[in-house]
Amino acid sequence: MTKDAMQTALDPHAAVVSEASGGAATLLTTADGQPLARALARSSARARRRAFLLVAPLLLFVVITFVIPIGQMLHRSMYNAGFADNMPQVSAWFQDNPPGTPIDDTAWGALAADLKAAAENRTIGIVGTRINYDVPGTRSLFTSTGRKARDGFEPPYRDALLAADAKWDNPTLWRAMRSASSAYTANFYLAALDRTRDDEGSVTMVPERQQVYVMLFKRTLGLSLLITGMTFLLGFPIAHLLATLPMRKSNLLMILVLLPFWTSLLVRTTAWMVLLQQQGVLNDIFVWLGIVGPDGRLQMIYNRTGTIIAMTHILLPFMILPLYSVMRTINPSYVRAARSLGATSWTAFRRVYFPQTLPGLGAGALLVFILAVGYYITPALVGGSTGQLISNMIAMHMTETLNWSMAAALAALLLGGVLVLYWVYDRLVGIDNLKLG
Amino acid sequence: MLKPLILSAVLLPAAVLVPALADDAPLTVVSWGGDFAAMQDAALAQPFAAATGRKLRFVDTDDPAGLVKAQVEAGNVTADVASVGQGAAMRLCAEGDVEPIDPATLPPAPDGTPAAADFMPGTLGECFVPTDIYSTVIAYDASALDPAPQTAADFFDLQRFPGRRGLGRTPQFTLELALIADGVPAGQVYEVLATEAGVERALARLDGIRDQIVWWDAGAQPIQLLADAEVAMAHAYNGRVYKAAELDGLPLAILWDAQLYEVEGWVIPKGAPLAEQAHEFVAFSTAAEAQLRSAAILPYGPPRLSAQAMLADAGTGLAPHLPTAPANMANALFVAPEFWADHETELRERFTAWLGQD
Repeated sequence: MTKDAMQTALDPHAAVVSEASGGAATLLTTADGQPLARALARSSARARRRAFLLVAPLLLFVVITFVIPIGQMLHRSMYNAGFADNMPQVSAWFQDNPPGTPIDDTAWGALAADLKAAAENRTIGIVGTRINYDVPGTRSLFTSTGRKARDGFEPPYRDALLAADAKWDNPTLWRAMRSASSAYTANFYLAALDRTRDDEGSVTMVPERQQVYVMLFKRTLGLSLLITGMTFLLGFPIAHLLATLPMRKSNLLMILVLLPFWTSLLVRTTAWMVLLQQQGVLNDIFVWLGIVGPDGRLQMIYNRTGTIIAMTHILLPFMILPLYSVMRTINPSYVRAARSLGATSWTAFRRVYFPQTLPGLGAGALLVFILAVGYYITPALVGGSTGQLISNMIAMHMTETLNWSMAAALAALLLGGVLVLYWVYDRLVGIDNLKLG
Repeated sequence: MLKPLILSAVLLPAAVLVPALADDAPLTVVSWGGDFAAMQDAALAQPFAAATGRKLRFVDTDDPAGLVKAQVEAGNVTADVASVGQGAAMRLCAEGDVEPIDPATLPPAPDGTPAAADFMPGTLGECFVPTDIYSTVIAYDASALDPAPQTAADFFDLQRFPGRRGLGRTPQFTLELALIADGVPAGQVYEVLATEAGVERALARLDGIRDQIVWWDAGAQPIQLLADAEVAMAHAYNGRVYKAAELDGLPLAILWDAQLYEVEGWVIPKGAPLAEQAHEFVAFSTAAEAQLRSAAILPYGPPRLSAQAMLADAGTGLAPHLPTAPANMANALFVAPEFWADHETELRERFTAWLGQD
């Protein structure tokens, strides 16, 4: 086979061209004498480059604002070098000696030298904070010993450190230091699932009165499903009405759906507070109508009820809009045909109309559910004590305890959970069946 | 999914505020905004500008310590001075994010006492100079409660003082209040709270009024709750209660028993572009006279003993409203930053678990 013939055989375009021309041995060329296949490949590569340049700004934007921060977050959830970087000698001792090695003079000496160096470099707080995540109450042990360490410790180091603070002899503390001496750790994920390591190093549940995250994950999931269901029940008839009314009337009603949608989230949340609180508008009306006594005003906000009501209202447009746009495209003659063939109106709805709305319903449900899972400000404001979601815990770790690794682990679990649900949804409903408009 | 964007959102303003390092570049002060920053501007920044010719520029945030930490970690520091709480200052200092401030550079009291001895004991830090003392107090609707509550225990007495209670949704302040109401002397609160039994005791006390508690998150909420008669008593910040009662005319009163006071002050971020001028400003703005000027605008207590004495002598109308007034300090608790640095995560998880029980 000649070189040209091989190229022809390998290039599907060329092959098609040569077959189309009746299997002639000569290669087709362009007007300026180049082989047609090469010219075609070149021009399509140019088109691809141009298309890529067009999407490049968006790609760059997505990478910078989305991929990199999420990558950093995932990394932070399992990486914390606060101890390993600032306590190099004792970390090296942990590397050289397997777990179970008795703590010898070398270890105590390394600890004393590291504490002194960390105190001088003002990194002792970072070290203490890291260990404090695993053994609460130990941060001040590091900072107070650090203050004494600036003058240096005299050997024997064990006695010197124990004289500074007797808590240094605690085996749990040494185990925590060993686990923190490697920067990569699964401890934040364990803690985010209410689990910890016991004295033997095996995974156990934390004491029951300290368990909080699993309960919050379950509550977030349950409330999000409930809110998705509520938006469906409320949104479906409205979307149907909007889709079947004459255009002029439906446009007017559409404004009523869109106006709250365009209104600031905080304003809408605050409006619910005014309406629902015990001295609020709704309770005043109930008392005036005599439905409840002045002492029996209903508590409808600062609890789970408040979270459900406010979030259902806020997320309702995300259900109505995809449903509406799908319903508009459903040809009414299908239902008429079903009725004329003898179906009852319920059967016609169930067998003919409803299945056609599924793509819109799927899109709306997915939107509402995913937004609800990550909702933060509304539950924080109206949730009271029983309406808090996992996102409120993430925010707390970000801004108050400054335990960003823990916040990252919780967020990563939430992200993972949403992706799993998305996958399940894809298997059950099919992402191809999704229609936003 | 949007959580990592918070990081970018924290860092982005830092990138935008590119400092212009001209000779007359303004000093950048990070503070809390609102009435508080306005007070600092009028009482501290403008006199400083008049005295030295150096103008100051205020940047408002609701998390100055977080902003400082993010700037130092990103290596792009634009803040010269930041107003933070003592606990946050200790943490920033121990983590090397802020510069040490030598107390010898601070002006002495008018009678010559060195600054180190003039500040209330335990308030001056290695990297931290106090500017004011604020307090979390029990505020109540004076028009609804007659007779008025007298002690912290009355906050938990639903029989004699019916009505709901507002509390911050945070273990800090809430657990301390519960223990003091349960009879723990203010001096021993943290000793008790460090034990498992102490936490149980505080939560058991809160269980007694649990279904009557309205939890708030932002400092403006308890005032709103009291104004709407949603609650009869609430934990609130003393400055806000004062403003609502004295300036807005709401019938609110403060119960100073078991007030929980904290210290607010300046830190200088490591790598501040105008560090030298920042030190000058910190010294200028924490002198006794400067503290008197601040206290004349907002009822936060001056941390210098000399300024407290001068206020009491002057007999201005504001003096009895300050957390540092001797009558108000009778059963006061100093919120220990060390304790909370050690136990915050643990107690927050514990508290959230308790809150979540149905």
